[in-house]
Amino acid sequence: MSENRQAIAHYRNNFLKEVEVHVEDGEWVKMCMQCGVCAGSCPLGNAWQHTPQKLFMMIRAGKREEVLSSDSMWMCTSCYNCIVRCPRKLPITHIMHGLAHYAHRLGMAPKGQPTREVARLFWNNLAKTGRVNELKFSLAMYFKDGFIQGIKNLLAMQGIGIGLMKAKRLNPMELLGGHKCKDKDGIHKMIAKAREIEERKQGYAS
Amino acid sequence: MAEMKTAAYICSGCGLGDKLDIAQLGKIAQNEGKIALVRDHAFLCNSEGVQMIRDDIEKEGVTHVCIAACSRRAKTEAFHFPTVAMTRANLREGVIWVVAEGSEHDEVRQEMADDYVRMGCAELKKVKLPQGNPNTTLQKRILVVGGGMSGLTAAFEAAEAGYEVVIVEKQARLGGWANKLWKRVPFKAPYAEPQDTGVAVLAAKVSTHPRIKVHLNSTVAETAGAPGRFVVKVAQESGAVTEEAIGAIVQATGFTTYDIAKLPELGGGQANVVDQAGLEALAQAANGGALKRADGKEIKSVVFLQCAGQRDETGQHLAYCSGHCCATSIKQAMYFKDANPDIDTVVLYTDLRVPGMGEDFYRSAQEKGVIFTKGKASGVEAAVNGCKVSFKDLILDEDTSLDADLVVLATGQVPNAGVNLDAWDKAVSEADGGSEAAKQNKSEMQKISILNLSYRQGPDMPQFKYGFADSHFICFPYETRRTGIYAAGPVRRPMDMLQATEDATGAALKAIQAVENASLGRAAHPRSGDLSYPIVRLEGCTQCKRCTVECPFGAIDEDEKRFPVFNEQRCRRCGTCMGACPVRVISFENYSVDTVGNQIKAVEIPDEFSEKPRVLILACENDAYPALDMAGLSRTVYSAFVRIIPVRCLGSVNTIWITDALNSGYDGVMMMGCKKGDDYQCHFVKGSELAGYRMGKIGDTLTGMGLEPERVSSYEVAITDNERVAKFINEYVAQLVEMGPSPMKGFG
Amino acid sequence: MTKKNYAFYPGCSSQKGASASNFAASIEVMCGKLGIQLNEIPDWNCCGASIGYGEGGLLPRLVLNARNLALAEQHLPGQDMVSGCPACWLSTRETAEKLRESADLMAGANEALKEAELDFKGTVKARHIVEVLVEDVGFEGMKAPVVKPLQGMKIAGYVGCQTNRPFGIAGESFENPQYLDRMIATVGAEPASGYEQKVTCCGGALAFSEPDKSQKQIRDIVESAYDHGAEMIVTPCQLCQANVEIYQSEINKKQGTKLAMPVVYYSQLMTVAYGGSLKEAGLDGHVIQPKKLQDIARK
Repeated sequence: MSENRQAIAHYRNNFLKEVEVHVEDGEWVKMCMQCGVCAGSCPLGNAWQHTPQKLFMMIRAGKREEVLSSDSMWMCTSCYNCIVRCPRKLPITHIMHGLAHYAHRLGMAPKGQPTREVARLFWNNLAKTGRVNELKFSLAMYFKDGFIQGIKNLLAMQGIGIGLMKAKRLNPMELLGGHKCKDKDGIHKMIAKAREIEERKQGYAS
Repeated sequence: MAEMKTAAYICSGCGLGDKLDIAQLGKIAQNEGKIALVRDHAFLCNSEGVQMIRDDIEKEGVTHVCIAACSRRAKTEAFHFPTVAMTRANLREGVIWVVAEGSEHDEVRQEMADDYVRMGCAELKKVKLPQGNPNTTLQKRILVVGGGMSGLTAAFEAAEAGYEVVIVEKQARLGGWANKLWKRVPFKAPYAEPQDTGVAVLAAKVSTHPRIKVHLNSTVAETAGAPGRFVVKVAQESGAVTEEAIGAIVQATGFTTYDIAKLPELGGGQANVVDQAGLEALAQAANGGALKRADGKEIKSVVFLQCAGQRDETGQHLAYCSGHCCATSIKQAMYFKDANPDIDTVVLYTDLRVPGMGEDFYRSAQEKGVIFTKGKASGVEAAVNGCKVSFKDLILDEDTSLDADLVVLATGQVPNAGVNLDAWDKAVSEADGGSEAAKQNKSEMQKISILNLSYRQGPDMPQFKYGFADSHFICFPYETRRTGIYAAGPVRRPMDMLQATEDATGAALKAIQAVENASLGRAAHPRSGDLSYPIVRLEGCTQCKRCTVECPFGAIDEDEKRFPVFNEQRCRRCGTCMGACPVRVISFENYSVDTVGNQIKAVEIPDEFSEKPRVLILACENDAYPALDMAGLSRTVYSAFVRIIPVRCLGSVNTIWITDALNSGYDGVMMMGCKKGDDYQCHFVKGSELAGYRMGKIGDTLTGMGLEPERVSSYEVAITDNERVAKFINEYVAQLVEMGPSPMKGFG
Repeated sequence: MTKKNYAFYPGCSSQKGASASNFAASIEVMCGKLGIQLNEIPDWNCCGASIGYGEGGLLPRLVLNARNLALAEQHLPGQDMVSGCPACWLSTRETAEKLRESADLMAGANEALKEAELDFKGTVKARHIVEVLVEDVGFEGMKAPVVKPLQGMKIAGYVGCQTNRPFGIAGESFENPQYLDRMIATVGAEPASGYEQKVTCCGGALAFSEPDKSQKQIRDIVESAYDHGAEMIVTPCQLCQANVEIYQSEINKKQGTKLAMPVVYYSQLMTVAYGGSLKEAGLDGHVIQPKKLQDIARK
């Protein structure tokens, strides 16, 4: 969290520099020419409090808290429309993912943001065995807000679950183990190592 | 001159023979047209057909040729007989390609062709082979006024093309604004870094060029004459005057920066606020090192305010965009980033405009870390260590501010175009009325004049919007209304250095074209190569001055008895004087009140019971006539009741043609010319406007004749209007049918 | 017919009993008829999917994919790595490209791979099955095995996002790709022309976290198919197929609509057209039954 308490920027483009160093593809932020095509191309554009165009402007203006605590980046559906349309060829989708991840890592992302929760559950699910267990993931999803809410969610969605089971596309036996990689230990070590390397490079105190 | 012998050639190729009775056309030429020699040919423009005409010219002594085939704009190379006078009857684009298919239209189609043959023969009787201006001169030296980047380029290019050049520069050294720049924006790929201006090299090349003569510390005291025979007095600061014989002139007098003192709200006048020129001075002083303010402090943060006093909607400052300033600020921001990447450089813009390849340059600045913020500045206040810039962030929609050691205002270019002729005219007429103040004002104006032309129209070229030197902005940007005098560079419109050098090269080429045409007695643009020129029958002149006043090119002076004095080399052969002359004493050898009048009269007017109205179309040869040809080319059908006569410009239309036509029983007249107004497309600038003005007054004449004012109608037609022009015709003919036949029929 | 070999990366959703198991079933017959031999990469792992970014971070995500690439490189040398799932393909291809472009990332990835006793040299090319069909087999090739042309069926070709962006199929436009419509026509059905939701996003992973926003997208996608007279939607994407099919009942419940548009994979169309059975085509795996296609398959 020391990151969070960093001294107020001496130079006002310091947050831009922070983004360039710490955020995936962050070095592209300065190349935005403020045309707004990204904002107009996003399928969930209306749901963004700050469109990518605005986020880029905010980064340049040094609005660190506002950017990192924004829930806008979490609205990204990864449709890549902004990427292919950006006339400046900014990898906008990646920058949004990078910003979201950076905010999450610093603990500044909005608490309980649903996509943030889904992302966390999904990763933990896949990291456990090397493969996603759809049933466990779904159950974790429904129960993320506690047991009572989980039962409610489950009941609300039971039609869908039963439909999928009938179609043999949701296997209740998955609860008892399910698909997994043989070398899941190797995968665990590999992911841990990758994380360690990244933290070393980024200068995080992990 | 040899005795007139006429010949008519009727082509039956391109389907003419299938659609028309060629024998009948021949009879009409012979019997009604009174043509001495009439021949037809199945393929007139092939070598055999052309040889037949050549043989007749050489062996039969034919002096006048009427070709009844395709449009006068087609097959001009095949039908090129420079030793004879020629007319064309347009049977292909004008008849068979535009009259509806089918035998039910055979009669009207043939009548139309008959009339065009009659018209071609009638015109032939009145045209002479133009002999060319006898007052040809051989002076081909080119004067360049202004020794900045544009002037140096124009001079160097003209000299390299083999022409003698004289440069007149007000300052003590060549180079102009470019001397004051630390670097310029890049002209070549990869468009990434500021470049050396190159002005020193160019100035050295010009100074030592064997064909270039340089007058420093000098101005133009007087310019008299015309293309090919200008006499220019060059006055030195010392008072000495040199006379130079000149063929054509390039005016490259550049710009002045908008006065920063007029922008106090943006900090103009504050110690730590400079304009772009001021920043260049700081950069020159730094000589590649850290840039320092006037007070010696090293600059660690800088904000560039774009559009300072430009694109102003309040009417207080410049209304226009100067085009170069965004790229200039990008370049200047790089001065800082290249010296020290940690310097905060912010460009505050509302729209970043980087024409040409400037987008790459912009991107390069972003890569260097220059911050571009879309926002509008509302004020600059002095702060403890520099300035505080208040602005509205236009993306985040909030009012905010920035602190900076230095603020740079991107102000605009104000042209050095000399005297405003409207103000001049006013001063002249008031001074003539005895006003002492006006006399004083006039002599003040003379001091700022650039060319000091001894033309009756005033001492400089006319000014365009916002005081820029004249330009046929939309179609022929290098052209001006002073033949042989071409404006180049930022005096003509705001521009950057690369555009200025291209502009200067273009202007040098125009100047070369002008001296070459003048030396052969030929017209300059747009009738380049035309040998005809206006001939005035002075004994009939009433000294009304309309020709002198209305000539768009200042070609006509007055002598002491107020008779017109034509300067043929200044003339563009548009015929506006001919259209203006109330007593019809001005004509060209191959274009006159009679050549057109005779065609109008040659048309056979059916009686009022025939249900065949006749509509005369006077179509400008520059845009409307080509559009009509294109309508033919695309087989766009229009009414067979129209008879079209091409004119050099609607400005050349004499109202007698209209009244003659209506008197002889035409049901209506359509005038088709180029767009007029501020964004005119008239090739002769004022022609269509004058025609509009004259036609505005014809209503009274029509009422006097007992005719509806709708019997004369005007249309603006662009060269691309091939479909629209057919629509105009069909709608107008329908309107006339509705209106009923002209009551004048049968009296003609 | 000589078979062409590919290193196959099925992805989590194509596992037995998973959400795209019907897709997995249908590609077998299709590939068999087209001479495509898919060799499953041993012990492959999850690609991290699009949503993996939140927790994962860049290098851990790249490493997940580098492991699969390294396994393919080691066990199935010389074979292109092929995936049927656009998210798998995108992650793998992006990884292969990023590692090729950055020596630094490549070094980091290999340092991590060493923990799993693997090493990636960067020789493998990551492709999508649709690329194999369009580029290696060709439309003529896809047409050859057709024995039951799907005549009289009008189908909306819904390409979705990730098969199309950011990489897409070479030579196709991002805004209006044509290959799926051509594939529909190749098996004898009629593509619904002017289907303007062709490349609209279904909401992707946000179907879980932002159901209302995602279901608005899905409703547009389905309703437009109805508007253009389609009786079925066909897609190349596993998440699109699942989202668009499964949530129609939710939308009906919440919004009072009566959506019941079957959503199938192109591979199911092709399997049926090539004479495959209902089961072989995975047509027993639908929540909304594609009755007409099922009828043809039963014939």
